[in-house]
Amino acid sequence: MAVAVDVSRFENVSMAPPDPILGVSEAFKADTDATKLNLGVGAYRTEDLQPYVLKVVNKAEQLMLERGENKEYLPIEGLAAFNKATAELLLGADNPVIKNGQIATVQGLSGTGSLRLGAAFIARYFPGVKVLISSPTWGNHKNILSDVGVPWSEYRYFDPQTVGLDFKGMIEDIKGAPNGSVILLHGCAHNPTGIDPTPEQWEAIADELEEKGHMPFFDVAYQGFASGSLDDDASSVRKFASRGFEMFVAQSYSKNLGLYAERIGAINVILPTADLAARVKSQLKRLARPMYSNPPVHGARIVANVVGDSVLFDEWRAEMQMMAGRIKGVRQKLYEALLSKDKSGKDWSFILKQIGMFSFTGLTKSQSDNMTDKWHVYMTKDGRISLAGLNLAKCDYLADAIIDSYYNVK
Amino acid sequence: MSTAAAPASSVPAGARSGWWEAVQPAARDPILGVTEAFLADSDPKKVNVGVGAYRNDEGKPVVLECVRKAEQIIAGKQNMEYLPMGGLVKFNDLSVKLAYGDTAPVLEEKRVAAVQTLSGTGACRLFADFQKRFKPDSRIYIPVPTWANHHNIWRDARVEAHTFRYYKPSTRGLDFEGLMEDLKKAPEGSFVLLHACAHNPTGVDPTADQWKEMSQLFKSNGLFPFFDMAYQGFASGDTVRDAQAIRIFMEDGHQLACAQSFAKNMGLYGQRVGCLSVVCDNSQQAVNVKSQLQQIARPMYSNPPLHGAQIVTTVLSDPELKEQWYKEVKVMADRIIGMREALKSNLEKLGSSLPWKHITEQIGMFCYSGLTEDQVDRLTKEFHIYMTRNGRISMAGVTTGNVEYLANAIHEVTK
Repeated sequence: MAVAVDVSRFENVSMAPPDPILGVSEAFKADTDATKLNLGVGAYRTEDLQPYVLKVVNKAEQLMLERGENKEYLPIEGLAAFNKATAELLLGADNPVIKNGQIATVQGLSGTGSLRLGAAFIARYFPGVKVLISSPTWGNHKNILSDVGVPWSEYRYFDPQTVGLDFKGMIEDIKGAPNGSVILLHGCAHNPTGIDPTPEQWEAIADELEEKGHMPFFDVAYQGFASGSLDDDASSVRKFASRGFEMFVAQSYSKNLGLYAERIGAINVILPTADLAARVKSQLKRLARPMYSNPPVHGARIVANVVGDSVLFDEWRAEMQMMAGRIKGVRQKLYEALLSKDKSGKDWSFILKQIGMFSFTGLTKSQSDNMTDKWHVYMTKDGRISLAGLNLAKCDYLADAIIDSYYNVK
Repeated sequence: MSTAAAPASSVPAGARSGWWEAVQPAARDPILGVTEAFLADSDPKKVNVGVGAYRNDEGKPVVLECVRKAEQIIAGKQNMEYLPMGGLVKFNDLSVKLAYGDTAPVLEEKRVAAVQTLSGTGACRLFADFQKRFKPDSRIYIPVPTWANHHNIWRDARVEAHTFRYYKPSTRGLDFEGLMEDLKKAPEGSFVLLHACAHNPTGVDPTADQWKEMSQLFKSNGLFPFFDMAYQGFASGDTVRDAQAIRIFMEDGHQLACAQSFAKNMGLYGQRVGCLSVVCDNSQQAVNVKSQLQQIARPMYSNPPLHGAQIVTTVLSDPELKEQWYKEVKVMADRIIGMREALKSNLEKLGSSLPWKHITEQIGMFCYSGLTEDQVDRLTKEFHIYMTRNGRISMAGVTTGNVEYLANAIHEVTK
């Protein structure tokens, strides 16, 4: 028989706003309209708009099941075989950075967790240093930096006029930052815009960072998923590494191996010496221990098994090419549909120039709301659509929705 | 970090080193570092009684049969989609039922905010961050001693930490008077970390009557009970019995919070499966609290890993698998109890003049031996026996094959 309950300590706790990205899927699920289309969260869908578990993942899991491996704690830094594989995938196995041990790699909780470890390290060891993030960027970047207490500001990135890169603005803002800032860059397939610098622009960006003594922090969430080629998608990171930058690189296997739910990624720090790499790694571990002690084993074993078996690795490459190919296919179809329906001469080619899962349509918030309210097309309020959630069959419908929202809503 | 002018671009790339000077090599983690050292030792007689991971009598890690069966059932799963930020809903429901009882009134009234976490560590961290965010001026009271990582967690969450007496070296038991004295001094609104059962590292638990007295003190002084329950089922072999402290506090109407781990009791260590639950006034508040916990999780890891939660859900929602689990957890608990008895009787047989009854009075995975740091170091150097320097022996690492060797070594360094 319960004694009278005192008022809870947490009475003042208000309801948090729904997450702008993950909240979209929740709203989509609640919609009963038959024409609804989920272009919200960035999770790959097949042409039938079904989730896709890669065949190599099922094979790797089957191997793991047959082997009956134990479930012991991983070390704080994660599975050694995974850490080795992920650094090699990022930089290339024969990269001098790897050969010389100049890289500290710690398995992290996918991209988010890896970014968090890097950001927490910056907060602890570079107090007062500012991180510059692109405008726009993945919303959670701001949350991560805020929660660790690192000051941040934005560099111009998206040009609404061209629906492309505001390269001049980007360079200006990087130049304008205090020397020795950290610049958060998307390695490939920029989220949410899909707009990546060209190789020449990357060189110029590197020049600017070098000039200012800035440190790059790459977020690599789409290696292999953007172009279909693991090596091509890593070219920006590899270029900066070959120029001798010390840098952070966060990786995720959510999209390229479809391992969303298993939270597998890594934080890498590239350093001038192996001794420094050992020290930095030890301190990354000290940040991880009071967060979750050691990372989950399942996703790490899957990656290690896929990468460690040449047959599975080849199959993985083929599946990545298939996924990237499907996305390019719907971009093409959407572009053609827009072109055929919109006779105003507006240049929709940015749909083809952008790369990866997302497209920044240039739609405003009220136009995006119209997409949802009138057309049951679910997307984020910044005008981002996830091409992964689009199939060839729905391109026409989407084109109609975009044209209506763009021209008829202010 | 200096913001002095950048080096001219004629300086060779990579020559900038101003960033990392402050980075010293971190000290080895006192617990996980023990296993690292053990693995590096090539002596065939080596014994690892360091980290708290269960071993069978052959000294091997164990994957429970119910877990293997669950994995077969979920094999070939066609769903790798992100879990919600709060984790697998069915998992959370089953977890809190295990902790509070299937028909607990707070569950029927939907007053519990529950989120899936990265095992017990993640649950504690999420709560510590939540405490800091919503009660920024509050304190956490931590028992002495406790699992070392508790201090790291509340420190990194920037919560002001204080301690209360818990272990009495002279009796190798509970310092109940000291505990009550110290907690009486805690200001109203303080949060208190309690180990629900099988206290880590001492193995010393309050009795039911002592829990009841503590509960009354918490009520009269406005203290918030936070239970870390990492060994439910693993301590006594009985999941209901191991949760009695929580049930006692619940009956007294406390709105407590609980961190659960499935690392030990389901052997899911590396899968990182846990649950944080917070009892609230009403269902709306529970929704609010859950949403705020999710806000904290989002910039830490976005959403928790699926595999381990699926295993737990499969086991707990299948009556046969659940029965099998109860049996297997009892086997583990019984083996540990048997090893406690064996270690104690071996020491007595060797003629040790020191008292060793605490070995069998303490409960759970750990025995707080009372060995000093020097004695522990001797055990490692001379006998290749690895344990944490606070004298904590993980009984899970003791087997019929090594118990005599262990007893002999302990006798050697303490006689």
